[in-house]
Amino acid sequence: MKIYLKIWRQKDNLSKGSFKDYTVEDVNKDMSFLEMLDTLNLKLVKQGERPVEFDHDCREGICGQCGVMINGIAHGPLKNTTTCQLHMRSFKDGDTIYVEPFKAEAFPIVRDLKVDRSSLDRIITSGGFVSVDTGQAPEANSIPITYEEAEAAFDAAACIGCGACVASCKNSSAALFTGAKITHLELLPQGQKETHKRVAEMVEQMEKEGFGHCSNTEACQVECPENISVLNIARMNFEYNKSKLLVKK
Amino acid sequence: MIIYFKNALTRKNLMALTGLFLSFFLIIHLLGNLQLLLPEEQAQLQYNAYSHFLSGNIVIKLVSYVLYACILLHTLDAIYLGIKSKRANGQKLSRDRRSRASSWQSRNMMFLGIIIFLFLVIHFKDFWYQYKFGNVPFDENGNKDLYTLVVNAFDNIWYILLYSISFIALGFHLIHGVASAHRSLGLYHPFYARLVKIFGYFFSIAITLGYLIIPIIIYIKH
Ligand code: HEM
Ligand code: FES
Repeated sequence: MKIYLKIWRQKDNLSKGSFKDYTVEDVNKDMSFLEMLDTLNLKLVKQGERPVEFDHDCREGICGQCGVMINGIAHGPLKNTTTCQLHMRSFKDGDTIYVEPFKAEAFPIVRDLKVDRSSLDRIITSGGFVSVDTGQAPEANSIPITYEEAEAAFDAAACIGCGACVASCKNSSAALFTGAKITHLELLPQGQKETHKRVAEMVEQMEKEGFGHCSNTEACQVECPENISVLNIARMNFEYNKSKLLVKK
Repeated sequence: MIIYFKNALTRKNLMALTGLFLSFFLIIHLLGNLQLLLPEEQAQLQYNAYSHFLSGNIVIKLVSYVLYACILLHTLDAIYLGIKSKRANGQKLSRDRRSRASSWQSRNMMFLGIIIFLFLVIHFKDFWYQYKFGNVPFDENGNKDLYTLVVNAFDNIWYILLYSISFIALGFHLIHGVASAHRSLGLYHPFYARLVKIFGYFFSIAITLGYLIIPIIIYIKH
């Protein structure tokens, strides 16, 4: 396959970025999208040009590092798929593909396709944990939990923190991410003790990072690699209201 | 405390509550106005008596202040959140196909809201202001003849068109708005969330058709 690429090149956060044209001739349809970019980078290195920088780690759809906008859609044309799990068979010979970084005020561009998503990490650090002493793994049966509850918590915990929800949102809202993290701990017995504090602090941190509000367009769930449900957002709203209205400080 | 008022969740709660109150008002307002479609003689006297009763009632007066406040707060929140969204978006995407994942009305609530707002300005000026401060003649029972005012206004095809466009915009605003408001307030149960979405559809269609037929039927009858 022959693929024409328009790739966003930006030296650092302060410089201005723009699209640059590249052509990759020998693309195999079974290559992943990232392998196609590797092929391009190999060529660029040989030519003495600076390779295109992009984030990646596991390349098996579980780490959440690899998000980019492909033809204006987070993680490209397939729904509920990460960029590393997108293969070139989803494109046709001779296609022109636009590749851009995720763009949001809370995700400053580091270089080219790489953005700084530590704002999501700071939301987690503000409350996405349970305060227990670590040590030996405790006896598994000492905290009873039903199968259904465990599964529901897993569904929320499946979020890999890739930031596609923010990138797909017309308001650059992190509501799906934060909602999933809050729901995940809310559903588990271990999470109960700090539930009010958690929701208040995570929501506050989400505000401070400069994310937008949620308009309930539900685009986030469609593009989310893990198909995290938008109802997690409603749950966050519910828990937040409960903690503000019903809990005595 | 400041962050509590500045925060997107609480702002959306306010937006949802005001929006739902306005939606509820739409039902009552529609039922009242359907009296305009009664046979002419009866419609005139009954509608004018009804308007007279409303304007004199202290409870209705209080409710109407809540209503004005709701329109104002809802609109101010829309502006606030719109600015916040613009700020959060930062640099624009050069190629943007994100719209494939969401409904048109959910992305264009501001546009639809602006149409509704412009309609409200005209609507208030032509009927509310006229009734309260204008020179309106009286009917045979001594009530201000709002009926004739309305019927005369609806004599103009452009006016009908303006109303029709506004009601359709309102319908789309509500299709997204009713479901969205419940989410904003925290309805996370999958079954009820779905139920509300379906209810929202039927509600929006009923409200839109209900309001649409009034000017159209009056135009055809006269
Ligand atoms: C009869 C008049 C109106 C009714 C019944 C109504 C109803 C609603 C409802 C129920 C919502 C959902 C709230 C939520 O998502 O939590 C909503 C959202 C919205 N309304 Fe209205 N509205 C009206 C007028 C207006 C006006 C005049 C404007 C402003 C110009 C406006 C702008 C908006 C916007 C921008 C949203 C979406 C907010 C977001 O981004 O999530 N609306 N409306
Ligand atoms: S590289 Fe880990 S999810 Fe794509």
